[in-house]
Amino acid sequence: MPTRALPLFGTRRSLRVLERNALVYRSQWLMLLSGFFEPLFYLLSIGIGLNHLVGAISVHGRLVNYATFVAPGMLATSAMNGAMIDSIFNTFFKLKISHTYDALLATPLEVEDVALGEVWWALVRAAIYAASFIVCMVLLGDAGSPWVVLCWPGAILTSFAFSCLGLAACTYIRSWQDFDLVTLVQLPLFLFSATFFPITLYPKWLGAIVSVSPLYQSATLLRGLALGQFDWIMVGRSAYLVILAFVGLHVASRRFRKILTP
Amino acid sequence: MTPTTHATQRQPRWLRSWWYHAAFYAQTWRGSVASSILFPILYLASLGVGVGHLVTAHTGLVEGQTYLHFIAPSLLATTTMQLGEGESLWPVLASVKWIRTYHAAAATPLEPDDILFGKLAWVATRAFVTSIIYTIIVGCFGALTSWWSLTLPLIGVLITLAFSAPLVAYAAAAQSDASFTTLYRFAFVPMFLFSATFYPVSAYPGYLRPVVQFFPLYHGVALVRAAAYGRGSLAIQLAHVAVLVGLAVTGVLWGRRTMRRRLTD
Amino acid sequence: MTNDYVLEARRLVKRFGDFEAVRGIDLSIERGESFGFLGPNGAGKTSTMRMISAVSQPTEGTITIFGLDPSTHGPEIRQRLGIVPQEDSLELELSVRLNLEMFGRYFDLPRRVVRERATELLEFTQLSERANEKVDNLSGGMKRRLTIARGLINRPEILILDEPTTGLDPQARHLLWDRLYRLKREGVTLIITTHYMDEAEQLCDRLVVMDRGTIVAEGAPRSLIDRYSTREVVELRFASDNHEAFHDRLAPFAERLEILPDRVLLYVHEGDATLREIHASGITPSSALVRRSSLEDVFLHLTGRSLSD
Repeated sequence: MPTRALPLFGTRRSLRVLERNALVYRSQWLMLLSGFFEPLFYLLSIGIGLNHLVGAISVHGRLVNYATFVAPGMLATSAMNGAMIDSIFNTFFKLKISHTYDALLATPLEVEDVALGEVWWALVRAAIYAASFIVCMVLLGDAGSPWVVLCWPGAILTSFAFSCLGLAACTYIRSWQDFDLVTLVQLPLFLFSATFFPITLYPKWLGAIVSVSPLYQSATLLRGLALGQFDWIMVGRSAYLVILAFVGLHVASRRFRKILTP
Repeated sequence: MTPTTHATQRQPRWLRSWWYHAAFYAQTWRGSVASSILFPILYLASLGVGVGHLVTAHTGLVEGQTYLHFIAPSLLATTTMQLGEGESLWPVLASVKWIRTYHAAAATPLEPDDILFGKLAWVATRAFVTSIIYTIIVGCFGALTSWWSLTLPLIGVLITLAFSAPLVAYAAAAQSDASFTTLYRFAFVPMFLFSATFYPVSAYPGYLRPVVQFFPLYHGVALVRAAAYGRGSLAIQLAHVAVLVGLAVTGVLWGRRTMRRRLTD
Repeated sequence: MTNDYVLEARRLVKRFGDFEAVRGIDLSIERGESFGFLGPNGAGKTSTMRMISAVSQPTEGTITIFGLDPSTHGPEIRQRLGIVPQEDSLELELSVRLNLEMFGRYFDLPRRVVRERATELLEFTQLSERANEKVDNLSGGMKRRLTIARGLINRPEILILDEPTTGLDPQARHLLWDRLYRLKREGVTLIITTHYMDEAEQLCDRLVVMDRGTIVAEGAPRSLIDRYSTREVVELRFASDNHEAFHDRLAPFAERLEILPDRVLLYVHEGDATLREIHASGITPSSALVRRSSLEDVFLHLTGRSLSD
């Protein structure tokens, strides 16, 4: 009897997909480990050079140094990039190149289980990466407040949203060439989602556009959490990410079904 | 289909390999145009204009330049470095192992050396074109103040080759791409961040500055800045050039060995 | 050295570290001949092919192709060779036609010539309708045909094919064989490796059987069968697992006996007569088959192993 965990989006069998991925990646633990260093390098570089050049920045009346301002945005970006790489690149490979899923579907697993299983896996990785990033922030003195621990669930939520969106996007990719389009979305999000400077620097109309960016919502949410500046808008930002996640998952499930069981 | 000999055109063999790479690129260029032209502009807009605003408010000029003008030339160096990296690891391993198109080429009159030189010549060509476009963009942002800027495209080619030649050699000998990601994370990313790209080398404590000089990209960045503003002594610039040329030449010599071994064993 | 041979090799050896892939073989291949290398995987066929393609250098021994030495005249020799490697090594992201045209430029052929020949070869390999499609979308048989078309773009005097039909379905194989016959009729020298008996019998005027890096027999397919096997073979299967037990009882009926895990082979002149005698003597196999000797039997006799091992 299948136990329905999420009625619309697959069953507990999706955990088998998680297991499979964990087994496959076990041999690549070094790569997982090395993912820890990238944010460390970024934070270190900003701390060495830009803290001094940019000086303190005011966030809701509190002055923080530049690295403290940027770190939550970098955390959000790394959650986004990690989720996108896993759910787009790796899933594309399994979906269209190695036909891993065709083999999975020869078992009791349903298409929705496969899609959901990929999301579980993305979340497990996200949790590991986010935790190591937060440790880096604390070690380098960029944490802002003890509330920084709340960035952990915040970053996992970010990963959840982006892996569901990525999973949906992945089904529309035709060949490796299309991956350039993915970067074409990723990079502007990274550079202009108020990650490197406050949204107040933009003209009003541009700021309105930026505020639609899920990365902006995530970065601002994480910054608030890191500094312990809580307000009700945070609920709205989180809800926005959750809605995006479910829309993505819904589209992904339908598209997976169309591709795998035509 | 009777065997006939044809009048040959006497095109040098390495040039045929260059043509092949060019013809392939002509079919697949769309994505890379975005990454080599649009991305530097986005970086300039975000870091140069956005962060530059913050820097100007707090510090004013950096080494006598606005922050935008300070980082604009160095992005030419990072872009050409990334071009060299991107063209040289996975594409080469695919050609010698996964799809084996270089083996197919080696079954024609081409020798391994011809394939290697054709590849590097093609990468250099791309670097040259990208650098010209990028120099114009940087010029539009007002960051070029010296006639020495005209040498920027050549410096771009030099930086690309300093990375591409050793990496092609390495990839031609590689058995899998497992080490490539590690190379990115532990060599290319730190180099990108710590080669005095986004702030002056004076930001480092004195004991770290000699360490920074071990990064090949640091020499590229220094050279590019000197050319953009027409500053610094010629002797020091020649030393930077020598480091990059040394890397490129070492890479070519190494690549001749690995490519031959890969294709003829 | 006579001028009749387009390719001659003497005491050819290829070593990879400690492993000796090819252990001193001699070859002479005539112009217009279709010559085969037969042997199981790992017999040294591919290493030999790469040496006679003027791509890899022998560790020891000499080769001359068109009277030239590959170590000094590699490019000149390869200008006149067509090579179809075991892996297709096509540009998957590009169109069928472009794969041919780009490759033709490696031979320094003028653009116009390359375009004409590509059209001609697409026709020849029955790919004209797919000319503008991405190679990735082609079936295995079509990719193989495209690789052969690519090997013909320089109008080679020798076409070297490494396992040309491995992995193809029967229909695709027959189409390919048909194209190779036509090339042979047009005077192209064919050099083929295969581990399929029927392919070797169909395509080759002469072949060498290779095993563990050496040539164990050489000749026309028919003459090899005459020399190393009898006219007919009786294949018997028994319900018992212990085929060895039948050895002594069956030996008197045949010139030679091979006991395989799943069946017993009796080498005889008159299969049907032998089978009648066996039945008359009270031996009752669960199934029996009489067939003509093939190269498979030659190989079994020479190496004591079957080709599919």
